Amino acid sequence: MKLYSSLTKKYIMSLAGLFLLTFLLVHLTINLLILVDDGRSLFNTVAHFMGTNVFIQTFQWVLFGGFAIHILFGFILQIANWMARPKRYDKKAISETSFFSKFMIHTGIIILVFLGIHLADFFVKKIGGTVPEIHSGDLAGIEDMGILVLEKFKMGGYVLFYVLSLLFLGFHLDHAFQSSFQSLGLNHDKYTPFIKSLSRILAIVITLGYITIPVCIYFFK
Amino acid sequence: MDLKLKIWRQAAQDAPGKFVMYPIQNISSEASFLEMLDILNEQLVAKGEDPVAFDHDCREGICGMCSLFINGKPHGPDAAITTCQLHMRRFNDGDTIVIEPWRAKPFPVIKDLMVDRTAFDEIIQAGGFVSVNTGGVPDANAIPIKKRNADLAMDAASCIGCGACVAACKNASAMLFVSAKVSQFALLPQGKVEAKERVQKMVAKMDDLGFGNCTNTYACEAECPKEISVTNIARMNREFLCAKVS
Amino acid sequence: MTNLDSKIPEGPLAQKWTNYKAKQNLVNPANKRKIDVIVVGTGLAGGAAAASLGELGFNVKVFCIQDSPRRAHSIAAQGGINAAKNYPNDGDSIYRLFYDTVKGGDYRAREANVYRLAEVSNEIIDQCVAQGVPFAREYGGLLDNRSFGGALVSRTFYARGQTGQQLLLGAYSSLSKEISKGSVKLYTRREMLDLVKVDGRARGIIVRNLVTGELERHAAHAVLIATGGYGNVFFLSTNAMTSNGSAAWRAFKRGALFADPSFVQIHPTCIPVHGDYQSKLTLMSESLRNDGRIWVPKKKEDAEKIQKGELKPTVIAEEDRDYYLERRYPAFGNLVPRDVASRAAKERCDAGHGVGSTGLAVYLDFKDAIKRLGKNVIEARYGNLFQMYEKIVDENPYETPMMIYPAIHYTMGGVWVDYELQSTIPGLFVGGEANFSDHGANRLGASALMQGLSDGYFVLPYTMQNNLADQINVPRFDTNSPEFEKTEKEVQERIDKLFAVKGKKTVDSIHRRLGLIMWDHVGMSRNAEGLKKAIKEIKELRKEFWTDVKVPGEKTGMNVELEKALRLADFLELGELMAMDALDRNESCGGHFREEYQTEEGEAMRDDKNFMFVSAWEYQGDDKEPKLNKEPLVYENIEVKQRNYKTA
Repeated sequence: MKLYSSLTKKYIMSLAGLFLLTFLLVHLTINLLILVDDGRSLFNTVAHFMGTNVFIQTFQWVLFGGFAIHILFGFILQIANWMARPKRYDKKAISETSFFSKFMIHTGIIILVFLGIHLADFFVKKIGGTVPEIHSGDLAGIEDMGILVLEKFKMGGYVLFYVLSLLFLGFHLDHAFQSSFQSLGLNHDKYTPFIKSLSRILAIVITLGYITIPVCIYFFK
Repeated sequence: MDLKLKIWRQAAQDAPGKFVMYPIQNISSEASFLEMLDILNEQLVAKGEDPVAFDHDCREGICGMCSLFINGKPHGPDAAITTCQLHMRRFNDGDTIVIEPWRAKPFPVIKDLMVDRTAFDEIIQAGGFVSVNTGGVPDANAIPIKKRNADLAMDAASCIGCGACVAACKNASAMLFVSAKVSQFALLPQGKVEAKERVQKMVAKMDDLGFGNCTNTYACEAECPKEISVTNIARMNREFLCAKVS
Repeated sequence: MTNLDSKIPEGPLAQKWTNYKAKQNLVNPANKRKIDVIVVGTGLAGGAAAASLGELGFNVKVFCIQDSPRRAHSIAAQGGINAAKNYPNDGDSIYRLFYDTVKGGDYRAREANVYRLAEVSNEIIDQCVAQGVPFAREYGGLLDNRSFGGALVSRTFYARGQTGQQLLLGAYSSLSKEISKGSVKLYTRREMLDLVKVDGRARGIIVRNLVTGELERHAAHAVLIATGGYGNVFFLSTNAMTSNGSAAWRAFKRGALFADPSFVQIHPTCIPVHGDYQSKLTLMSESLRNDGRIWVPKKKEDAEKIQKGELKPTVIAEEDRDYYLERRYPAFGNLVPRDVASRAAKERCDAGHGVGSTGLAVYLDFKDAIKRLGKNVIEARYGNLFQMYEKIVDENPYETPMMIYPAIHYTMGGVWVDYELQSTIPGLFVGGEANFSDHGANRLGASALMQGLSDGYFVLPYTMQNNLADQINVPRFDTNSPEFEKTEKEVQERIDKLFAVKGKKTVDSIHRRLGLIMWDHVGMSRNAEGLKKAIKEIKELRKEFWTDVKVPGEKTGMNVELEKALRLADFLELGELMAMDALDRNESCGGHFREEYQTEEGEAMRDDKNFMFVSAWEYQGDDKEPKLNKEPLVYENIEVKQRNYKTA
C-alpha cells in the first residue's frame, strides 16, 4: 500500500493505539464498579448511561474506527515486513532486543480473537436485546449487564481464558505505549526513560486491573 | 582449533542455493574470522573447488564491505565490531559455525555470501547529501555549531553502510541506516536548509526498495558495529512528521 | 627521451596557481555536456573529482572496485586533515604548511605543486564543512585542531578517529547528488585492466565486471586515474585487500612514466604482525603519538623476558625504560615524522630491545597521559582506537601499554604528472595517491587526505578543463574502433595466459613470498646488495608465477582468484621497478633509507648534489630495462637543509 509512507502508517498505528489505550482505561474504570455492589446498581447505571447516551453512542463508532484502523494497519505493516525477507535465515536470529516487540502481531491476534469473543458475549447480546432486564428497584426496566458479567465469571474455564488473554494484552501494551512515542518521534534524553517505565507500569496496572474483576467474582462473590 | 563450517553456497543471483558443510582444522585462535575463511578458500582452491565468495576489503572495520550472518547474528557474536574484526578466539574447538548471507528482499544474493547493497546507495542518491557544489562556500568557522550537536551528528555519521541493521531486523527494515544520515544533516545547520525535502525523499526511496517497517525492536542498534543509536530513528520520525504536517 | 615538461606556471610561487587559473582555457556550459570524462576510483581524489566535474556539467563515468563508492580505502584514514587556517593562532600560514610539507618530504617534491596544495588546503575545510562533515568542535562551536607529526603548529582538523571516513562520505554524498542528477554515471564492482589510447591520447579503458567476468569497453575524451597506492606489493600492508597498483601500472605500460617508485612510507604505529596466515596490518592513528610515549626496555634482559612472556611491561621501572624518540630527538620527541619514528623502532628492535612474542614491537604507553589528563580525556580522544586495539590484540591499552611496529602504509611514488596532474600520455590524468607529486620522499601525517581532496575538488576540475577545451569538436568515441578491439584482445590474452598455466601454487602463496622479498630488501632500510638480490629474486618469482600459478574456476562469472592473479602479475613487475629505483638512488631521503648513506648517528644522509631529481621511469618493452628520466627539482623559495628534528 503505497498510499501512505511506512512512517505515516506507523504514526497512524501509534495514534490509534494510544487512543485505544484511553478506551482501555475508561473501560477498566467502569468495569471495576461491578465490584462495588455486586454490579447491581452503580455498574448497571453507568452501563445504561454508556449504552444510551447519544454522545457516547456516536463516539462508539469512533472507537470501532480506532480498532479497525489499528488492526488493519497492523496487518498491512506485518505483511510488508514478511515480504521484506522472502528467504528466512536458517539459524534463528538471536540479537538482543526488547522481547515483546518481536511478538506484537502474535499478541495482537490473540487480543483480536479475545475481542471477538468478548464482543459476542456482551456487546452483541446487548445490541441483540437478549440481556435480561432488571425487574425491581430504581433501575427497573434497564438491562442487567451486571448479572451477565457475574454469570460468566462464575465459569472457571471462562475466567481462565479471560485472564490469559489479558496477560497477552499486557505484553502487547508493555511494548506498545513506549513504542508509540518512538514512532511519533517523541524522544528525549530526560523523558524517554520515564516513558519506558510508565509503559511497563501501565501494562501491569491495566492487566492486573482487568484480571482482578473475574478473579474476585470467581472466588469471592 | 578444529571447526565445522556450515556455509550458504549459491552460484548466482537466480541460482538455487544450499548449505554445505566444510570441516576445517588447525585454526589459530589469533586468526581473524576472515583469515579463517581465507584459509578455507586456499584449501578449496588447492583441491580445485570453487572458493567461497564473500565481501571484504579494508579488514579494519571501517569500509563496511564485510557482512556475514554468523550463528544467528550479523557480524558474529561480539557487539560493536564488524566481521573482519572478529577473531577466532571467540569460538571453541569443535564448534559448528553457521554462515549465511544478509537476507533481505532489497539485498539479493550475488554469489554465496555476497549480497548486493546497491539499495543503500540509491537511498543516499535520493537525498542523503547537502546540495552544495564545489567552491563558493562560506568560511568553515562562519557558523558556530553546538559541540553537542556536532558530536551527535558525528555519532550518526559514523555509519559504515554495512547493512547489519537490515540483516538483524526481523522486518529487514533500513530505518537505522536512513535515520543516521537524516539525523547527521538535521543536526547541522548546513543540512537543515533542505531537511524537509531530504527526509521525505529518502523515506520514499526506502519504501520503494521494499525494506520492511520499523517495529521498534531495536535489534539494529544491538547489532550495529558502530553502535548507532535508535534515537536517530526517533529523530527521523519527528523530522518526517514535521515535514508532512508543515 | 620523453619530454619531461612539468608545466609550472610563470610568476612568483604564491601567484602561480592564481595566474594559471586566470589564463587557463575554459569550456562553455553547453559544450561541457558533449565531453565525456572517465574517472577510475572513488576515493577522496576520484570521488571529489567525479562529483566536481559532474557539477561543472561534464558527462562523467565513474568506476569503483567495491560495491559502492563509499568504501574506497580513503575511508580508513583516521587521524585528520591538514590546513593552513591558523585558527589556533599559533603562527601557521600557507607558507609554513608548504615549508613543512617540502621539508617533511625531504626536499624531493615539486615546490609549485606543494605550494598549491597548501594554498587550497583552507578551501577544502570550508567545502567539507558545507557538505555537512561533522568535524570535531570546541565548546564555543568552532572547529578544533590537533597537532601531528612533523609540525610545530596545530593545523589538523579531525572527526574523531574517523576523519578519512567522514571526508570520503562527504565526497560520496556529493557524488551521489550528481549521480541522482544524471551528470555522473556510476559503475560498481569494476576493475580497470587497461588503458585505451587513440592516436596517442588516452581515450578509454577496458574494465572487468567483477560479478559477470565480462570485459567492458568505455570511451571518453579524457581519463582520470585515482586508484590509490601500490603498498600491497608488500602483501602485508595497511591497505585494503583490493587496493592494487594495476591501473597505474597499466598506464605505465601504455607509456606514462612512473615516478619515484621506491618512495614508500612505513607507518610507525601499526599493530605488530602475529602469524603467517595474517592477511593485513592494522594501523593505529598517528595521533596517538600526541599523548602516548614510545619506549622499549633499556636492558636487553628485560626485553628478552618480555618476549618470552615472563615479564609484564607495567612492572618495568621508569629508569629501566628507554624513551628513545625523546632521547634522540628532544625537540620533536614522539612527534618526529613517520620515517624517522619507523626507523628508530626498527633500530631498537634490531638491537634486541624489541618486545612482543616476535621481538618486533615497541611500546606506546599512555600511563603518563592518563595520569596527567585523566582516563576520560584519553577515552574521548582515542576511545575508538583503544577499542579497536583491544578487539584485535585482546589487551586493554588503558592498563598495559600498546604494542606497535612499523608497517607499509602509503606510497609517495606513482604515475609521473605535471603541474596539471596530467601524465605523459595526453588526456590521462592521475590524482591522489596514484600520482607521485606532492609528498616527496616522505608524507607528513594528515596530508594524504589534504592532497586527495585538493586534487579532486580544486585542481583537476580546473586543469582537466584546461586540457579539454580543444576537445569540444571531437565527437564521442566508438568503442568498436580497432584500438578498443586490440586493447581488449590483449587483456583477454593476459587472462587466457593465466588460466593456461594450470600450476600448483595459489596466488596468495606467491604474493606472500613477494611481500617478504620486498619487506626484507626494499622496506624500511635498504642496501645495494639486498636490492640486487631482490631484483634477482623477484625475476625468479615472476617466472615461477607464470609457470606454476593456479587460477581455478571459469573465465566468465565471478572469479576472485583471477582478480588477485591479475593484480599480482602487475605487482611482480612493479616490485622489481621499485627495487631498481631504490638501487639507483644512492642516497637516503625520507622513506628511502640506504644503509650505505647515513650519518654516524644513524640519520638519513641526502645527496642533494646528485639526487635532487624525480626519477621518472619509462617503459621500453617487456624484455627491456625501463629507462630512467630525471626531472630536476629546483628550490627557489625554500632553503634546502638537512632535516633536523633534534632541535626546532
